[in-house]
Amino acid sequence: MTNRPHTLFEKIWNAHVVAQAPDSPAVLYIDLHLVHEVTSPQAFEGLRRRGIKARRPDRTFATMDHGIPTYDRSLPIVDDMAAKQIAMLERNCEENGIALYGIKQNADKQGIVHVIGPELGLTQPGMTIVCGDSHTATHGAFGALGFGIGTSEVEMVLATQCLLQRKPKTMNVRIDGALRPGVTAKDIILGIIAKYGVGAGTGYVFEYTGDAIRRMTMEERMTICNMSIEGGSRAGMIAPDDTTFAWVAGREFAPKGSAWDEAVARWRNLPTDDGAEYDATITLDADALEPMITYGTNPGMGMHITDRVPDPAQVGDLSQRNALQKALSYMDLQPNQPLLGHKLDVVFIGSCTNSRISDLRQAAALLKGRKVKDGLRVMVVPGSAQVKKQAEREGLHEVFMAAGAEWREAGCSMCIAMNGDQLEPGQYAISTSNRNFEGRQGKGGRTFLASPLTAAASALTGVVTDVRTMM
Amino acid sequence: MQRFTSFQSKIVPLSAENVDTDQIIPARFLKVTDKTGLGESLFCDWRYNADGSPKEDFVLNQPEMKGRQVLLAGDNFGCGSSREHAPWALTGYGFRAVVSTSFADIFRNNSLKNGLLPVVVDKDTHAQLFSIMEEDPHATVSVDLETQTLTLPDGRAVTFPIDAFSKACLLNGVDEIGYVQGMTDKIEAFEAAHQK
Repeated sequence: MTNRPHTLFEKIWNAHVVAQAPDSPAVLYIDLHLVHEVTSPQAFEGLRRRGIKARRPDRTFATMDHGIPTYDRSLPIVDDMAAKQIAMLERNCEENGIALYGIKQNADKQGIVHVIGPELGLTQPGMTIVCGDSHTATHGAFGALGFGIGTSEVEMVLATQCLLQRKPKTMNVRIDGALRPGVTAKDIILGIIAKYGVGAGTGYVFEYTGDAIRRMTMEERMTICNMSIEGGSRAGMIAPDDTTFAWVAGREFAPKGSAWDEAVARWRNLPTDDGAEYDATITLDADALEPMITYGTNPGMGMHITDRVPDPAQVGDLSQRNALQKALSYMDLQPNQPLLGHKLDVVFIGSCTNSRISDLRQAAALLKGRKVKDGLRVMVVPGSAQVKKQAEREGLHEVFMAAGAEWREAGCSMCIAMNGDQLEPGQYAISTSNRNFEGRQGKGGRTFLASPLTAAASALTGVVTDVRTMM
Repeated sequence: MQRFTSFQSKIVPLSAENVDTDQIIPARFLKVTDKTGLGESLFCDWRYNADGSPKEDFVLNQPEMKGRQVLLAGDNFGCGSSREHAPWALTGYGFRAVVSTSFADIFRNNSLKNGLLPVVVDKDTHAQLFSIMEEDPHATVSVDLETQTLTLPDGRAVTFPIDAFSKACLLNGVDEIGYVQGMTDKIEAFEAAHQK
């Protein structure tokens, strides 16, 4: 390796290349493999056909999140297919010696895979982290290289602890300035995707830089990195700093004692060197940002909450015009209409983007002593059993329930709508999740993506609401 | 994996941009524990009415589209969720290649591992293919991976990019996991040297 300056990404990549033949992808070593019930059964079946077991069960951790019910866990699972997937994960973990944080085993630590990885201290700076889930980008908030993989790749990592990977390019996503009141990390990432589109990051790894990022808490950084994939990038990273180290310190799987000091010393070398070059740079000015909301059927179709829905007639590019027309037709919205005041049927506060304790605290602060609008369904789904327990320790569950919201068990829930938590056809939801694709939250359902603050404010009024009018 | 061989096919045109994997195969079909049988549910919510009857205006439901193996798709095809069920559904239906101006990274990787060839063409060729389809809905293209060429109905051959490794794996039906397992010595050496 030369002494030229390197980016955070390059340092982690270079430190994990096991082999690199000419004209071939690198064989990249994987430090941490997270597994969930939906994208793993076929991979374990593949191992069985090969007559092998997981190579490094000590680097593999499993949970259940996508298909599990969020109602009382002592009740039976009514969906036979979901129940079968859950049983298969239990069996696969048992057979391979993999630690499982499930609904029976270690249930006090179960949760959305991208919430529990950091929470348990499994996610650490400098690591390569994969999971059969595109929101694995979340873990990049710790200065790790985390990315989503398909099931064939899950099988490869189980079998070899390695992946064949072509080196992606790097993009500096620079965010300077200070957020104004009522504007959050979620609005930043929605702002970037609205500005640059859902394909901007294809072929790249994002590194988020700038003073706005430096000032953020770890939970805010996770929200930003989480939605890198919605900008087209498989991974989004943030250089580790004292904020990172303070968050990781003392967690169950974090290094302890002298090993901790050595780890921190090593992690301090990870940030991008002065003079290192990115393949591309994009920017966002945090000062100018307002709360964001999406109006369409991909996360790039977003705007300031005070803006009006764009008019396809004003879009020059034919295929973009068609896409906008199709989206507005699905959403049943008119060109130039405001979204403020638009009626809602459901408010969903949850998902790997915004289900951590700080998200719940923000929502609870607005809902405290108030009632959600009559006839509105408001679901609050904590990201993990530990988040749920912490929220209950703080009395947040009482705030939510007194306001008329549902307080659920941890899981992906209505973000992916596999578990029965779903919209009815035609319903409108404001959601703190990450995807507004057609049918994402239930067939025929319509999603406005926004921050937990915007969702909570809208829960009180039953219509899309600018939280700044309530602050 | 089966060896990828050259083939000719008529085209199924689907012009929408940014088609996400939730549209290719909605999440409610991800509860399966094997890879087969998803072709029936490909593009389910665009393809079928609530009562299960086919939507007449959706391209896959036009009788002449039956059996076609090339999907001509809009830019950034396969974005969103990492579900490998998307290429399983496409190959389960019978597609062997998707032609677009770009593919989402994870979808592209997943496709290559399932014998589904992502063919990237430039914007002009892409637009030309759609206009050819308008003039002659039965136009045929040839896909030849060995020479990396897509031959248009007018005989013009367009070269498409693919990295040498993926190409060799597809052409020879290489088991990539077996290939990496063959490097166990190197992996062990790396593990011995690599501090957590």
